[in-house]
Amino acid sequence: MARKANHVIDSPIQSKKRIKLKKILSNYQLYLFLLPALIYFIVFHYVPMYGVLIAFKDFVATKGIMGSPWVGFKHFERFFDSYQFWTLIKNTLGLSVTQLIVGFPLPIFLALMLNQIRSEKYKRFVQTVVYAPHFISVVVLAGMIYVFFSNNGLINNLILIFGGDPISFMAKTEWFKPLYIASGVWQETGWAAIIYLAALAGVSPELHEAAVMDGANKWQRIFHVDIPAIMPTAVILLILSVGNIMNIGFEKAYLLQTPMNQPAAEIIPTYVYKMGLQQAQYSFAAAVGLFNSVINLILLIAVNKFAKKLSGTGLW
Amino acid sequence: MGLLALKNKKITRRSKEDKVFDIINVFLVAIILILVVYPLYFIVIASFSDPNMIYDGKVWLLPKELTFEGYERIFQDNKIWLGYKNSIVYTVVGTIVNVSFTLMAAYALSRKDLYGRNVIMFLFLMTMFFSGGLIPTYLVVKNLGLLNTMWALILPKAVAVWNVIVAKTFFETSIPNELLEAAKMDGCSDAKFFWKIVLPLSKPIVAVMVLFYAVGHWNSYFDALIYLNNENLYPLQLILRNILIQNEASTMMISDLDSLAAKQRVSELIKYGVIIVASIPLLIVYPFVQKYFVKGVMIGGIKG
Repeated sequence: MARKANHVIDSPIQSKKRIKLKKILSNYQLYLFLLPALIYFIVFHYVPMYGVLIAFKDFVATKGIMGSPWVGFKHFERFFDSYQFWTLIKNTLGLSVTQLIVGFPLPIFLALMLNQIRSEKYKRFVQTVVYAPHFISVVVLAGMIYVFFSNNGLINNLILIFGGDPISFMAKTEWFKPLYIASGVWQETGWAAIIYLAALAGVSPELHEAAVMDGANKWQRIFHVDIPAIMPTAVILLILSVGNIMNIGFEKAYLLQTPMNQPAAEIIPTYVYKMGLQQAQYSFAAAVGLFNSVINLILLIAVNKFAKKLSGTGLW
Repeated sequence: MGLLALKNKKITRRSKEDKVFDIINVFLVAIILILVVYPLYFIVIASFSDPNMIYDGKVWLLPKELTFEGYERIFQDNKIWLGYKNSIVYTVVGTIVNVSFTLMAAYALSRKDLYGRNVIMFLFLMTMFFSGGLIPTYLVVKNLGLLNTMWALILPKAVAVWNVIVAKTFFETSIPNELLEAAKMDGCSDAKFFWKIVLPLSKPIVAVMVLFYAVGHWNSYFDALIYLNNENLYPLQLILRNILIQNEASTMMISDLDSLAAKQRVSELIKYGVIIVASIPLLIVYPFVQKYFVKGVMIGGIKG
């Protein structure tokens, strides 16, 4: 009797476990589906997260990550004390903040403009064309910048026509940022507008009809119907871009670097590449990279909190 | 009747200022269009023009003193074609790996009955916000013995989290649960269901994934820069970089020319030509596949 009672008490827990196990087993094929991706993320993302420990060690390849001696914050201190530290911070932040300020609103303007075009054909044609630069490789883009802005390239020819003096763009530190930003605007504005166009297409036509009935002109409808409609999308994208502010497009910066514009063009990611892979100072470069990632993460969390307070929309 | 007339009148009266708005808008958009198109167009005409004409600022709308010398030299160069071949191989193999890993994972994660899906999704998403960085990743690739193999360009980029989200969202919204239940009643396994029913219903998302990944592979140079040092393995983009930015690969292509001026002239021409040659595959397919790209962005956007 007692035994029976015991059994009765026991069984719900046991059967719950059994059901869970059964659920897992019956879906074993789905777990197999997940396996390649899971292995990928562990090997190429989580193992490197563990590997970042070398930032606190003097990494010696033959001893491995575990065997190399701990050195605490030595590499960080060396980075903070190096004469390049503030230049790197200034260049990295300067480039990404300018890119954000210039590059963030433009797709919104473009989407609002395209949305107002009445001829469907013209609109579709423009869209097809302005998306296209997005698919140009960064090498080709940099190559285009080099040929257009060379001493006797297209741009200097234009300057000559208007009576100006030719500029050696690629050799001047002050031209690195404008070229970087402008080429980014040229390449990505159209593509970035897609998402806003989608949000605008989702605006109910009745809203616009009602506004027309109330005597609103196009400007007023843009301000009171269209812009509120794309606000949530804009906030999310803004959070994401601020959260990525230190992950500036390193591939383009590296390609646009010349010996002459180096002082303005060296940013943290290119510095990590040169220190780590060209000079094989693995631990030091890993420390610089980690510093970058941590700042990024802090920014993301802060911006998300701020946006949530301000507008109620956030990533999580 | 009177009300309707009044309404119409109101609209026509108002549309005068709206008309001005429209005209200015169409005009501004046209300027944007020209700003986007002209650089591309200029590359095309410059690749056929005598470089001296470009230097002198005489090439604006049409090629001047037509020449095919740049293209002739590009077509005779082995490096470029080797790079082309390598890029095609990397793109095809890489995309197959990407798409199969991504779709399988996305489908599994889209299934609400999968125990632990939130934990796994979280593991995936975390990698978007924090990474070990360049050096630790490089060391992993090195320790796996992948340096100087094509797998160094493929495996470290095998799955993009963003694409998993896009595909998962697609499966969640477009594969009805009843279908799965019906198939299970008939004794259909998950793998068979995915292969026979889910995939045929998901052609648009497969197209989106193939395109996103393929363009990524075709356009990337950085992984090749850090993981490869055997020139025979170089993808096209890396060879392009040497020609366009380092000014170096072209020395082989113009070794028969004597004077420095002639060398410089032809190397300019080659630069314009290789930009075209490298972009042609994308230019050809782009107009046909553009809508799939847009679709991909939209599916991702809904979720985001």
